[in-house]
Amino acid sequence: MSGIVREYMRESKLPHLLCPGCGHGAIMSALVRAIHELGLEKDKTVVVSGIGCAGRSSSYMDFNTLHTTHGRALAFATGIKLADPSLNVFVFMGDGDGAAIGGNHLLHSARRNIDITAIISNNSIYGMTGGQYSPTTPEGFLASTSPYGNPEPPLQIAETVASAGASYVARWSVFHIKQVIRSIKEGFETRGFSLIEVISQCPTYFGRRNRLGSPSRMILWQKENSVPIKKSMEMSEEELSGKFVVGVIARRDREELTRKIYSLRG
Amino acid sequence: MRARLIQGNEACVEGAITAGCRFFAGYPITPSSEIAELMSLKLPELGGVFIQMEDEIASISAIIGASLTGKKAMTATSGPGFSLMQENIGFASITETPVVIVNVQRGGPSTGRPTSPSQGDVMQARWGTHGDHPVVVYCPTSVQETFELTVESFNTAEMLRVPVILLSDEVIAHMRERFVPPENIRVIDRKRPSGGDYIPFADDGSGVPPMADFGSGYRYHVTGLIHDETGFPSEDPEVQRKLLERLMNKTERYRDEITFVDEYHTEDMDICVISYGSSFRSSIHAVNELRKKGVKVGCLKLKTLWPFPGEKVKEVGETVKKIVVPELNFGQIGDEVRKYTHIPVIGVNRYDGNLMRPEEIKNAILEGVN
Repeated sequence: MSGIVREYMRESKLPHLLCPGCGHGAIMSALVRAIHELGLEKDKTVVVSGIGCAGRSSSYMDFNTLHTTHGRALAFATGIKLADPSLNVFVFMGDGDGAAIGGNHLLHSARRNIDITAIISNNSIYGMTGGQYSPTTPEGFLASTSPYGNPEPPLQIAETVASAGASYVARWSVFHIKQVIRSIKEGFETRGFSLIEVISQCPTYFGRRNRLGSPSRMILWQKENSVPIKKSMEMSEEELSGKFVVGVIARRDREELTRKIYSLRG
Repeated sequence: MRARLIQGNEACVEGAITAGCRFFAGYPITPSSEIAELMSLKLPELGGVFIQMEDEIASISAIIGASLTGKKAMTATSGPGFSLMQENIGFASITETPVVIVNVQRGGPSTGRPTSPSQGDVMQARWGTHGDHPVVVYCPTSVQETFELTVESFNTAEMLRVPVILLSDEVIAHMRERFVPPENIRVIDRKRPSGGDYIPFADDGSGVPPMADFGSGYRYHVTGLIHDETGFPSEDPEVQRKLLERLMNKTERYRDEITFVDEYHTEDMDICVISYGSSFRSSIHAVNELRKKGVKVGCLKLKTLWPFPGEKVKEVGETVKKIVVPELNFGQIGDEVRKYTHIPVIGVNRYDGNLMRPEEIKNAILEGVN
C-alpha cells in the first residue's frame, strides 16, 4: 500500500470485502489520490455511499463517512451539502444503487446542479446480491436473473446525467485510472454537480457468467472497447455497438444550487 | 404575549423554528403542504435551508444528512409520503440521528381520502419501518398543542437521538384557533463530544452517546448496518444484542420525561374515556356534558402515543368500571389499551372521513349505565 493510500484509508478496517480482481478498489484508490492531490482537509471531507459492493467503500476511507440506504446516497449528500456548504462532499455509488433505485436522485441532483462530486463504479451487475442484471447490463448478457440473456437495453448513465444539467460529466474505465483521478479533480473544481462514471469489472459474477476471462483480461477488454469521444463522432451506431465512449462528456460553467439557496434571504 | 388566530400547520412551523429547526426538506402532499410553504418563506430569513426534494424518500434522507452536520431538521408529509419514508425512519433509529417527521394523517389506505381526517397511522408510526426500533410519537389535539408538541418533538429527538414523529391530522392541521405563544420555552440541544478519544456509539452511562457534527474534527463512520461502539459493521451476536438493547431502552429509560398525559375529572371517575388527536375534542365535549348530568366520567388525553403510557392505563383500569376509546380508525389504540387492563374497553370507531360526534361517545359512555 502506498503512503498516500495508507494516509487516507482506515487501515484497521482492511482487508476490504471486495473480491480479488474487483474494480471498486482501484476506483476507491483513485478517489483518495484525487482528494490528496486536491489538498482537501480530511476533517472537512465527507464520503457518502449507498448499498451494494460499492456502498461498502465509505467505511474504508478516513473521512466523515456515511453508509446510507440503498439508492439514497445522493439525497443524504444533498442534505449534508446544503446544511454545511463548507464540507467537501463526495458520493460513491454502484450502477444498481446509483442508476436504478437511486436514478431519481441522480437526475435531480444533476438538475439542481448541487456542488457534489459523484462517482458511479459501473460493473453492469448487482454483485452483493449474487449477480442479477442491472440497468447497465448490456442486452443479451447473462445474469442470475437473465439466464436467457438480458432482454433490456442498458442506460447510458453519463449522457443521461449530462442532459439533466450537471456541470461536469466524464466516463472512463478502470483501465483509464489516471484519467479517473484527473476527472475527479476536475469535477470537484467545477462548481455544480459532477459525475464520473467508471466502467468497472466484476470478475466474480459478470465476468464468469459471460466468460469474459480473468480480471486482467476484463481490463484489457475495457481498453479495447473504449472509444474516445472525438473518434466516436465519426463512427456509426453499428460500429459503436458493444463499445463505450470515454472522455469528458460535459464541462460547463453553470450556477450551483447551494450558493443560490444561501442568497435567497431578504 | 399576544394571542393570534392561526392554523395547526402554522403552529407546527412556529414550534419548529422556536425549537431551533433550521433545515426543512419536503415534498408537497395534502394536508401537510402549508408546513413546507411556510418553511420556504421563513427559513431563508433565519439563515436556514428549505429544499423541495424529488420525493418523500429523498426528503427524509436529506434531513438525516443535515442533522449529521449538527442542524435541527424536519420534514412534513401525509399518509402516502409517510409510507415512503419508513425505511429511512429505521435508518435514523439505528444511526441515532435526531430528526422530526410530521405526519398529518388523512384517510387511508393508499391515496384514500386526502382531504379528510383519520387516525389510521397510529400503528404505522410505531412499527412502520422493519425491525425493532425506538421511536417517539406525539399527537396534538389543538393548534396550541401542535406548537408545544412540535417543540417537544425536537427536544426529545435531540435528547434521545431518536426520530420523533408528530402525528397530526387533517382537522388539527387545517383548523384555525386561538394561539398564545408560551413564555419560557425549554429548548434542548444534543450532547456533543468534548475532546479526547471519541468512540461515537459508546454508552457514556446515559444510554445516549454524544454526537459529533460532521466536519467538526471527529471523523467517524455512520451506517445502517448493525455496528459496534466505534460505528463500524459487526456480525458479532453480542454486539448486535447490546446495540439493540441500548437503542430500545432509550425510550424506556426516559419514559417519564417523554410521556405527556393530561387528566380531566379523573379524581372520582367510574368511567374513563381515553382519547387523543382530533377525537379528543369530541371526547372532552361529551365528558363535560355528562358530568353536568352527574355521570362520573373522566378523560385521559394521550399526547404521547409511543411509548404507550401503559402504566397510566393500568392504574386507571384498577379504579374504573369501563374504558371508552374513541378513534378515527378500527381501534388501533383501543387494542393497545386492552393489553393493560381486563375491564371492558369499548371502542367508538369512525372511518368514514367524518369527525367523531360527541353523541357517539356519550352513547358509549352511557351504555350499561343506569
